[in-house]
Amino acid sequence: MSNPIERDTVVSAVVDILREAETILPQDVVDALKKAASKETSPVAGEQLEAILKNIEIAGNRKVPICQDTGILIFFVELGRKALLDFSLEDAILEGVRIATESIPLRPNAVDPISRSNSGNNIGTGIPDIKYELTEGSSIKITVAPKGAGSENMSAIKMFNPTEKDMIRNFVLETVLNAGGKPCPPIIVGVGIGGSFDKAARLAKSALLENVEDMNEEELSLLEDINSLGIGPMGLGGKTTALAVHIKKAHCHTASLPVAVNIQCWANRHSSVTLGGDE
Amino acid sequence: MEYRLTTPLQKEDIGKLKAGDIVYLSGTIFTARDEAHARILEMYQEKEELPFDLEGSVIYHCGPLMKEDEGKWEVVAAGPTTSARMSKMTPKLLEIHEVRAFVGKGGMDNVTDAMENKAVYLAFTGGCAALAAISIEKVNTVHWLDLGMPEAVWELEVNEFGPLVVGIDSHNNDLFLEVSKKAKAAYSKLE
Repeated sequence: MSNPIERDTVVSAVVDILREAETILPQDVVDALKKAASKETSPVAGEQLEAILKNIEIAGNRKVPICQDTGILIFFVELGRKALLDFSLEDAILEGVRIATESIPLRPNAVDPISRSNSGNNIGTGIPDIKYELTEGSSIKITVAPKGAGSENMSAIKMFNPTEKDMIRNFVLETVLNAGGKPCPPIIVGVGIGGSFDKAARLAKSALLENVEDMNEEELSLLEDINSLGIGPMGLGGKTTALAVHIKKAHCHTASLPVAVNIQCWANRHSSVTLGGDE
Repeated sequence: MEYRLTTPLQKEDIGKLKAGDIVYLSGTIFTARDEAHARILEMYQEKEELPFDLEGSVIYHCGPLMKEDEGKWEVVAAGPTTSARMSKMTPKLLEIHEVRAFVGKGGMDNVTDAMENKAVYLAFTGGCAALAAISIEKVNTVHWLDLGMPEAVWELEVNEFGPLVVGIDSHNNDLFLEVSKKAKAAYSKLE
């Protein structure tokens, strides 16, 4: 038997994970930044990383957002197929966003793409972006990943020919090179290979949620190449251009090879909650 | 070198700055990003007067997160935004107003000529919105709130705002461009 999940529980959980995501950086990211600071030898690079670490501390102590760009809100929902809900999950998430925008507070970032008029509450057509995945069990896991525009704007997608797989590495490096200091390095690079036009982008984005330290050989080697470019923290030169590279793959059409690169700034914000579950 | 400067800035204040120097700013600064830049240029075209004075000013590329409490505005978080988005509008802005410094992050494209003997670009660490907020002492006023909270022009009083790295000085030196050239060279070796 599974317990029914109440609407209010979802609403307040959404407010809580948003507050945590916006004000406290995940420990693996903080550890990676500290490690980077200890390795930098250029004074300018060292100063940038020290400022970042000081900022993380101030935001945590004062319970204010780490960055004024509190992002657009992207939710990843893992919905257990036996979870009992008698309300609209989407409405409950939107309600949480509305409350969090006022109470944390969050900067209202959602605007009409053409008129640019601001909705004022981070809610608009298709925003926040909620991605659902059906899972086993009776619980719901909700993850929020606020995504700032500085790094998102430097992301790229390309449809390669199937025989061009050797060019994937260059594409990732060129994307990072073109981005320079704009996406607030040290960055985290999410790479989605395969799937379809849209799936590659989704893979790249979800790759950003992985623990920064968990990298396989392929990812580590790409990270080494990125850091050899010397772009450094904030594009002012240095050894740390990226903290991590995560690659996710999916099978694709035999005639296709989509590749997406989603760039994430050092403020790799995300937080999760699991509600409900078996008795 | 490290400098402490107070607004309004004089030509001599910025003339001594070299790319790579550190600056701490005190005084009044104005936030302006995409929409505010566009409106400043439009008003010039329409021969309308700005509601704020940009002579000797510092423009901060920032869309702050603010809180209103009983009619009084407070800064919650106010880090720099990506300056390159304003690159195209900056030469014209420098032609019509004596802005002396831009504060932002990530550098700007093709502005060294327009800034020569006129203005500097100061880089504040991107994402450090809480750190920036503690050196903002007061919100003087807000202009053009109709553009929305991030795009409005916020007039802020800062004290020892920094550390800011001189990214582009007024002598045609661009630290970001130097780093980018070296990165391109490093990339061509990897190919």
